[in-house]
Order: sequence, then C-alpha cells, then structure tokens
Amino acid sequence: MDYYLQILLLVGIFITLSLSLNLINGFCGQFSLGHAGFWGVGAYSSAIFTVFHPLGLPAPINMLVALVIGFLSSAMCGIVIGVPCLRLRGDYLAIATLGFGEILRIIIMNTELVGGPRGFINIPHWANIFWVYAIATLVVLFMLRLKKSAYGRAIIAIREDEIAAENMGVNLFYYKLFSFTVGAGLAGIAGALFAHTQQFLHPSNFTFTWSVVILVMVIFGGMGSISGSIIGAIFLTIIPEVLRFAGGTIAEWRMTIFPILLIVLMLARPEGVFGTREFLEKNGKQI
Amino acid sequence: MSQQTIFYLWDCLQYLINGITQGSLYALVALGYTMVYGIIRLVNFAHGEFLMIGAMCGFYAIRANQPMGVAIILAMLSSGIIAIIVERVVYRPIRKSGRIPALITAIGTSLFFQYFGQLTFGADPKTIPPFMVEKIYTFGEITISNLQIGILLITLFVLFFLWWLTHFTKMGKAMRATSYNLPAAELMGINTNQIISFTFFLGAAIAGLGGMLMGYTMSVEPLMGMNLGTKAFVSAVVGGIGIIPGAALGGYILGIAENMVAGLYKSSYRDGVSFFILILILLIKPSGLLGKNTKEKV
Amino acid sequence: MNYTGPSHKLLAFLTSLLLTTAVMADIKIGVVVPNSGPTATFGQENINGVKMAMSKIQKTSKQKFSLIVEDDKSEAIEATNAIRKLLNVDKVNIVIGEVTSSNTLAMAPIAQENKVPLFSPAATNVKVTQIGNFISRACFTDDFQGVVMAKFAIDTLKKKNGLIVIDNSNDYSKGLASAFKAEFLKNGGKLASEENLTYVQKDTDFQSLLRKIKRANPDVIFLPGYYQEVGLIIKGARALGITAPFLGGDGWDSPKLFEIAGPAIAGNYISSHFAPDDKDPKVQAFVKDYEKTYKVKPGAMAALGYDALGIVVDAIHRAKSSKSEDINAALLATKNYPGVTGLISIDENRNSKKAAVVLETTAKEFIFKNKVNP
Repeated sequence: MDYYLQILLLVGIFITLSLSLNLINGFCGQFSLGHAGFWGVGAYSSAIFTVFHPLGLPAPINMLVALVIGFLSSAMCGIVIGVPCLRLRGDYLAIATLGFGEILRIIIMNTELVGGPRGFINIPHWANIFWVYAIATLVVLFMLRLKKSAYGRAIIAIREDEIAAENMGVNLFYYKLFSFTVGAGLAGIAGALFAHTQQFLHPSNFTFTWSVVILVMVIFGGMGSISGSIIGAIFLTIIPEVLRFAGGTIAEWRMTIFPILLIVLMLARPEGVFGTREFLEKNGKQI
Repeated sequence: MSQQTIFYLWDCLQYLINGITQGSLYALVALGYTMVYGIIRLVNFAHGEFLMIGAMCGFYAIRANQPMGVAIILAMLSSGIIAIIVERVVYRPIRKSGRIPALITAIGTSLFFQYFGQLTFGADPKTIPPFMVEKIYTFGEITISNLQIGILLITLFVLFFLWWLTHFTKMGKAMRATSYNLPAAELMGINTNQIISFTFFLGAAIAGLGGMLMGYTMSVEPLMGMNLGTKAFVSAVVGGIGIIPGAALGGYILGIAENMVAGLYKSSYRDGVSFFILILILLIKPSGLLGKNTKEKV
Repeated sequence: MNYTGPSHKLLAFLTSLLLTTAVMADIKIGVVVPNSGPTATFGQENINGVKMAMSKIQKTSKQKFSLIVEDDKSEAIEATNAIRKLLNVDKVNIVIGEVTSSNTLAMAPIAQENKVPLFSPAATNVKVTQIGNFISRACFTDDFQGVVMAKFAIDTLKKKNGLIVIDNSNDYSKGLASAFKAEFLKNGGKLASEENLTYVQKDTDFQSLLRKIKRANPDVIFLPGYYQEVGLIIKGARALGITAPFLGGDGWDSPKLFEIAGPAIAGNYISSHFAPDDKDPKVQAFVKDYEKTYKVKPGAMAALGYDALGIVVDAIHRAKSSKSEDINAALLATKNYPGVTGLISIDENRNSKKAAVVLETTAKEFIFKNKVNP
C-alpha cells in the first residue's frame, strides 16, 4: 500500500507544483525554467526550521509554520529574482530563470549545514497524504477563484497581449511580479510538503531537469488550464512508474520511452490536452 | 613584491591560458546553438547530444584502428547526419506550432539521446588513446601544452571558415537571408528547408569536432553533452544568441571567468559563475554583448 | 538386485527437502541500482556482480530465489519510489542497494519503517547505517580507508611530509581526508601545507592545483578522489616533475584509470575492497567467471555486488525463515563470511569488518601489495 500511497502523494505534490508554475507560465505567459529552484528553496528552508529550530509545540502546528516558512522564503526568492528578470521577454526570461534556478541549487550544494552534496537527512515525518491533498485542494480553489477575479483577468490579459493590456491600464510589472511571487511561494509550499513526507532532500532533486518535468506537466495539460495541470501532474508522475511494471525490455528502456511519448504528444497536440480550456468546458466559454 | 604576490600573478596568467583553452571548446559548441537559433529561433537543447553521438562514433572509429583524422571526420559526419535526421523528423513538423512546443520537443529529444546513449554505449566514460606525444612548454611558472595550442588553432580556423562561408559563398548568403527574414527569403526563391537542414548539419558537425577534442582531453561518456551543452548555450546567450562572433566571444568570456574563479576562489563555484555572468549580461543588455536591441512594435 | 538403498535415500532426500525448504516459500530479493544517470557506471558494474552471484547460487541452492532489479536513474526520488515498489508491490524479503551513499540515505528511513533489511553493497558514508538497525552494508566505511592509508604512508613507505588534496564536491573525499589527517598526525606525520588544496568533479584542468602541490614539495600526497580526475591529476603531476607517490582510496579503482593517466600512473598506492590478482582461489574463480560472462575485468563494484548477494543468501539460509526480521537478525550475525572481498563480519555498528587491500599501480594495472586488518 505504501508504494501506491507514495505515488499518490507525489501526484498531490506535483499538482501543487504544476499549478504554481501554471500561474507563471500559463496564466501570465512568463516563461520560467527555474521552478525547481523555488521548490528546492521551500523544501530546504522549511526543513532547516523543523530540524534545527522547531517550536516546542505539537507537530501539526510546527508543520503549519514550516509551510508558511516554505512559502515566504520561496516568495522572497521570487521577488528577488522577479524584479530584475521580469523586464526580459520570452526565451531570455526562460534562460535567466534557468540560470537563477541553477544558482540556487549550487548554493544549496555548497552549504555544509544542510548536508551539501550528501543530502539533508533526519527531517521529521510530519506531513502525510492528508496534508498534501488538503494543500492541493486549497491551491486548486485559489486558482479557480483567481481565474475569475479581477487580478486573474489582468494576468490573463498580459498573456494574451502585453501591449493591449498596458493600454487598458493594467500595471504590467505589478501583475507579472504578483504571479511570479505567488507562483514561487506555492512551489515553496510544495517543497515543504516534499521535505516532510520524503524525510530526505538532495540537491539533485532540484536540477534543471526537474524544472522541465514540471513545465511539461503544465504544457501537457494545456497552458492556463487548471484541470489540465492536474491531469498533467497525474499522468506524468504515474507513467514512469507504470512502465516499471511492463517488465523486461520495456522496464529497462522506460527512460527512453518517456521522452518519445513527450515528443509524440507535442507533434500530435502542441497546445496540450485541454488547451486553455477547463475540463467539461465548451469552446465558447473560455476564461 | 613578495614571493606570494609573484606566484599570484603567475597563477592568474596560467588561469587565463587555461580559460582560453576551455573557452575554445565552449565556443565551438556554442556556434551550433547560435546558428540554429539565428535561423529558426529555436533553443536546440539536443545540441549537446549531437556532440555526444559524434564523439562516440569517433571513439569507436579509433577503437576500430582508424587514424585520428578519419575518426574526427566520422565524428563530424555522424553528428551532422543525426542533426539532419532529428530536424527532418521532429523539429520540422513542430516548427509552426509555436515556440514552447518546439522547446519541449527539443528537451524531449535531448533526454531521449541521453538515456539512449547510456543504455546502448554503457554509462562508463571511454578514453580516446593518445595519437601524439603531449609536449609541455614551460615559461617561468606557466605551462602550455601543444594540445592547448592545437585546440586554439582549430577553433580559430573554424571561426575563420564560418566567416568566409557566411560572407563569401552563395550558401552563406542564403543562410543570412533566411535568418534575417524567413518568409521573405522563401519569396526570393531560397529553398529555406534546405538551408535549415544545412545549418543544422554545419552546427552539429562543428559540435562533433568539439566533442572529439573534449573527449580527447578528458573522456567520452553519454552525459558529456549535458554539461558542455549547457555551458555552450550560456556562452551563446552571453555573446548574443544568433550572432556567430558573439558565440565565440561568450565562450571565451565564460571559459576565462570559470577558470579564474575556480583557481583563485573555489572550484565548486565554477558552474555558478557562468550562470551569474549570464544573468548579469541579460540584465544589462538582454540581447547579449553583441546583440542588437530591438524595440517591440505595436 | 537391490532396491532398498536408493528408495531409502530417496525418502531421506524427500524428508530433508521437506524439512529445509518446505517452510520457506520463494524468497524475493529486491535490488535498487542506478542503471542510468550520472552514477550509472557504478550501478551497471554492481548489478553485473549481483546477477552473476545469483546465477551461481541458483545452480546449487535448493531454496528458490527471485531477483527483482529496479533502476533509480541515480536520483533520490526515484530511489525512494523504487524501494517502496519493491517493499509494497513485490513484497520482497530484503533489499540490496544502493551503490552511492546519498541515495542509500534516501532509502534507509523507508526500509527502517517497514522493518525490511536494506543491505548496501558500496555506500561508504558513516551516516548510512546510523539510520537504524535494519540498515547494514557489505563494505567498510570512509574513515577506515583514511586510517589504512595513513598507516601505510608512515609504516610501509616511511614518508612523513604529507599533503592532502580533496575533491570538494563529495563527502566521500572529505571523509577519507579527515580520517587520514587525524591518523597521519597522530603517528608523527606532518602536513607540507596547511592550505586546503581542492578541486571538484568534472574539472579538466589542474595546472593551478599542481603548481601549488609542487611549491609545497611534499614527499607523499593523499588524493582521495574518483578515477577520472585522479588520472588527469597524476598525469599532469608527473609531467610537471612531481615525483612523490600519490595515495588514494577505492574511488581510483577502475581500469579506466590506466587509460586516462597512461604510464605516468605507475608507483602509486590505493586502498580498496578487492584485488583481482589476489592469489586466493575464490577470487581467481570469480575473476575468471566474470571475465567469461562480461568480457571485462571485474572492479571493486562488481566484487562488492557479488559479495552482497552472497552474504544475503547466506543469511537467508541461516535464518531458515522468510520473515524479514529473522533475515535481518541473521544478516547482522554474519561472522567470517568468505567473500571475494575478504573475510566479512558485520560489526555492532552494522558495518562490514574486513581487511582492506592496498594495491600498487603499475603502468597497466593494480597489483596486490598487502592486506591491512581493521
């Protein structure tokens, strides 16, 4: 059972992660390739709190504090990175965020306090599947509300056409920074959950490759689609595990099958499964 | 000056020389990134893997007792041919679907070749046996090997060749035209698909050469393209992506900066420094050192 | 004609079969190794050793074993997924893995929680087995190697002016270095330079490092790193006229070292788990079999994989039970198991206690120099 629970748990964490990236990439149209860095910052900072300075209170309250710390530290990194970088556009923004993501990871790698390249051990097991899904549900609700709110509409307007949005009086920088910061913070929460369910952190979990994996989840489901991100997170977490069971040659080659599936999907349906629509939503009823 | 200061200055000079050697490798690989981006605005993440395949083929050619020259040519050809196949089968159908799907496809291709390489060639690093005696020349406290000089000369030759190709041949002019405005080039009767294929071939072949040089100085392994590819990509952006001299400039800046930091401070920040430079350049001049700033039109 | 003999024998055989194996169902052994990713080179060799031991055991053993191998892409998340799958879906009785310390550390709390023994063939970091009483290993720890080489430098080589060069990107190198330093200073050695000389993995250029070494002018250099960089460093050092011998650990132990460094590699020493030219007939039989199956000489990873499975199977036989707790108890009680990497006993800290071998490098290969007991 534990194995299936673990997969389910990872699915929950990745739902939070892919939604947080969807806010930046899908809603606001700002192409970020360093999301795993924010995830890592949240994971490490919350774990530093629970390992070295936990409060003398029951575990659930400490866990809540850890989540808040994860959110705040990643959101802070989001502001620090967002303020200079959000002037950039398209590919250049993607590259700059990639660079920042790697720098965050290299800093973690060189910090002896958190185990450096050995990994961070002895993290308390304070979160479980209920925590993960409670948070995932809250994030889904938040995103649904946001999509309908004035903020959400302004953010989506930026994605559709920056210049037109600016002419309509949307403060580009403010809304870009808002989505970037909140997206980073939510990734930090996912990181805190990840740290306290896995009980072990390693810098290799937060490499560029993982940023790509999260991005692929968003794109798979469709940029700007909440249900799409959920489907993407579910599908892309489960597929590599299902291939484990295929046995023999397929199991051995599973890591090459995954990229092939990705390419085929992009060739067949570049806008993702849902496009910008939601599940059970008709064409005309966008946004 | 104290003994310490003199040593320090010697060291700086040595790091500069080492940086130039490493920068040459970055530049060779960055050329391919820049040419492909210049022509179809695609960040070809699989470029490092083309390099790896070339180096692998070169390694097996040498193992089959072929001379070094033949191995290098085989490496370049195999890199180029793989690039043409990938462009034809994967990138061309996706080109019209927009940037992000194309980028994801490129990343998928890169991952595919990495795992494919590990499973078919084995994950162990392979060493190319030496084909010449490595001579080391010493000047005071610094040393230069003939291999380092060779790498620099080869890089300069390739740069000169590209300059000649793009400015004085029909093919080169067609490449520049396509890069400037693809639909217009097509209207002028340029077979743009052919030009794109050729660009991929050329970029990958140069990367294959870089892969062989890298493999010769260190070793050939399935993941070699990942690290070298990322650095080369950063070089291309620093110099101004899409601009051929920019790739070379970026490569040398990165190579020198990395060696300076690794030597004078801490080598675990070697990777950090290249990303730091990247971000610095992007913030000061987003289109890269040699890039032209473009105003967005309504 | 006499029918009574054989039928008696048959009966005796059947009863013995009933007594010994009927109580034990098919025993499942799970293995987690990196078959792809950056550490795949260790994983692929390791799993070769495990598989070879398995096929040998299946030929002779009456007990049925099945081996379930999972790849973890050299990543911690994948390693934890893999061990969970082995524990919950395949319901394995024991898990062998991983070859690197960090991924073993990632898996250890899960094995401990499920009370299934996790036996690592090659994770040498001290912290690994401190996670809990279900975690043990088939190799000695980093500290031991540092101590062995410090003793070797002072007692055998009679060199007292040492220098330490550390690969700053991994704990393995730091662990060996600090153990070496303590033991070396304790036995009357001194360091030629207090400055920390370091490099990181994937460095290709060592000129600056080498010049610092040359200026310090030591008569022995401890270089606990991995073979790729070590090969280049030694090649460069000899070209620069540094003649002091280099000492290292099992990270050097790969045939690739000789390809990378060329003839310059001769005359250096390492501590390792296993010597392919050990005259011990067990070792010779293993080397011959391995070369026949995989067409290459076995390295330490293959030998450790081979022994890890051997020890596990031996423990299962002694446990006479398929319960994980019983297997773990038998595993921890292992005494003087005759493996190809020495006589192995598991000590009270669940580490393997066995002799380390000191190997000397010639221009082409490692040759056996001596054995150092713990």
